[in-house]
Amino acid sequence: MPTDWRPTASIETLRARARLLAEVRAFFAERDVLEVETPVLGHAGSTDLHLASLSCQATTPAGRERLWLQTSPEFHMKRLLAAGSGPIFQLAKSFRDGEVGRRHNLEFTMLEWYRPGFALDALIEETAALTCRVLGREPGPLRPRRYRELFRESLGLDPFVAELAELRRLAGERGGLDMGDAPRDDCLDLLMSLVIEPTLGRGGLDVVVDYPASQAALARRHRDPEDGAWLASRFELYCEGLELANGYDELTDAAEQAERFAADNAARRAAGLPEVDVDTRLLAALAHGMPAGSGVALGLDRLIQLALGKASVAEVMAFATPHC
Amino acid sequence: MATYSTNEFKGGLKVMLDGDPCTILENEFVKPGKGQAFNRVKLRNLMTGRVWERTFKSGESLEAADVLELEMEFLYSDGEMWYFMMTDGSFEQYPVEKKALGDTEKWLKEQVAYTVTLWNDNVINVTPPNFIELEVTETDPGVKGDTAQGGSKPAALSSGAVVRVPLFINEGELLKIDTRTGEYVSRA
Repeated sequence: MPTDWRPTASIETLRARARLLAEVRAFFAERDVLEVETPVLGHAGSTDLHLASLSCQATTPAGRERLWLQTSPEFHMKRLLAAGSGPIFQLAKSFRDGEVGRRHNLEFTMLEWYRPGFALDALIEETAALTCRVLGREPGPLRPRRYRELFRESLGLDPFVAELAELRRLAGERGGLDMGDAPRDDCLDLLMSLVIEPTLGRGGLDVVVDYPASQAALARRHRDPEDGAWLASRFELYCEGLELANGYDELTDAAEQAERFAADNAARRAAGLPEVDVDTRLLAALAHGMPAGSGVALGLDRLIQLALGKASVAEVMAFATPHC
Repeated sequence: MATYSTNEFKGGLKVMLDGDPCTILENEFVKPGKGQAFNRVKLRNLMTGRVWERTFKSGESLEAADVLELEMEFLYSDGEMWYFMMTDGSFEQYPVEKKALGDTEKWLKEQVAYTVTLWNDNVINVTPPNFIELEVTETDPGVKGDTAQGGSKPAALSSGAVVRVPLFINEGELLKIDTRTGEYVSRA
């Protein structure tokens, strides 16, 4: 008989978690943001090169077919926006294969919300307000940090113009591994994760903005006034070295979205990864017209972990993956 | 040879890295929301005892190391080799070189059980029990009555180690020592 049947969170923690969930719902109720529930399973998955989707076989009216477990509720929620839902939020179970650790769990709760008509700055402010509310902190001044500046300050190089060889050397040296053939973004990700992230959000909230355009995912792009370099119109919120939220000025152009899906799948093929079914219904919704605006996904388990002073997300989940 | 992928890494797993057997101490999964996933891994090199911090791309794998940890008691030394015997009743003996013995040499006592690490059937490390009882062979005469006050003096033990002991300890006494810190714990 297994001896690890007990919850990974204490019952007391689960009570505190329930109170914080109520706090989140109250926050959005006060702001007239509608709570929605969308399917966890869908006919399409995330094409993102670095997200591994889970899928399953299901019997539906169409017969035996493959359905994907969502990596976030983004696609379904955007279809609601295109259908005229107005501002919406969701507490959504999301799944990412292989992601298990102190800060990750295969299945986790994503708090995702969309604000039609909001510029990115307004959403950044709202994300910080929600975060402070759950943490029980007075909202302090936000510290916007440009991606490019962070690299310049802590590593002494410009991530947009530095030679790839130099980035590989530095990433390899800092990480203790061979980055000899690594693509540019992998080097940047490693340096960001190992060198910069741990310093962010100490004694306050840091908001990182102006990511490289190659990391735009589903965000719009804009140009850096400094030299015209393309940037991604997205932000990430950090607290105590932990990445909490990832927000976009949402891409609404169906054609560009289709191109990015195709490019993702091409990159997946090149990397020897399985291709993912593209969400044609999302593309149709964008073609119909999704209102311009911003949206953000926040790792709720991490936020609760911080609020309750726990060392890992497993400690705020009833049954973390190894015990489920 | 078996291999382990980064998502199988956990404390205690024995793997080969740069030609040396290592034991994994910690494995942390690191991943930006949208970006390459890495595993930040702390390993102890079993040959040198050094702790290495390395990063792997998630999904990479390492060869398993054929490492066994066995309980053996110390028998004797002929000056060149130190001999240990399995405590499982097989009476199987293993010779150990000075290099593999390392600091444990000063904590050797006959008939005490040690954890002996074998790699490809060769002994590469010997770990003493956390606590060991050893006799004082040489120290200044004890000071009567001084049991609570601070103050200490060096004492040579039967195994060859020299530790700081309270002033009231005399030659011939049996002491309990913490081998991890080399500190006196109590009279045995």
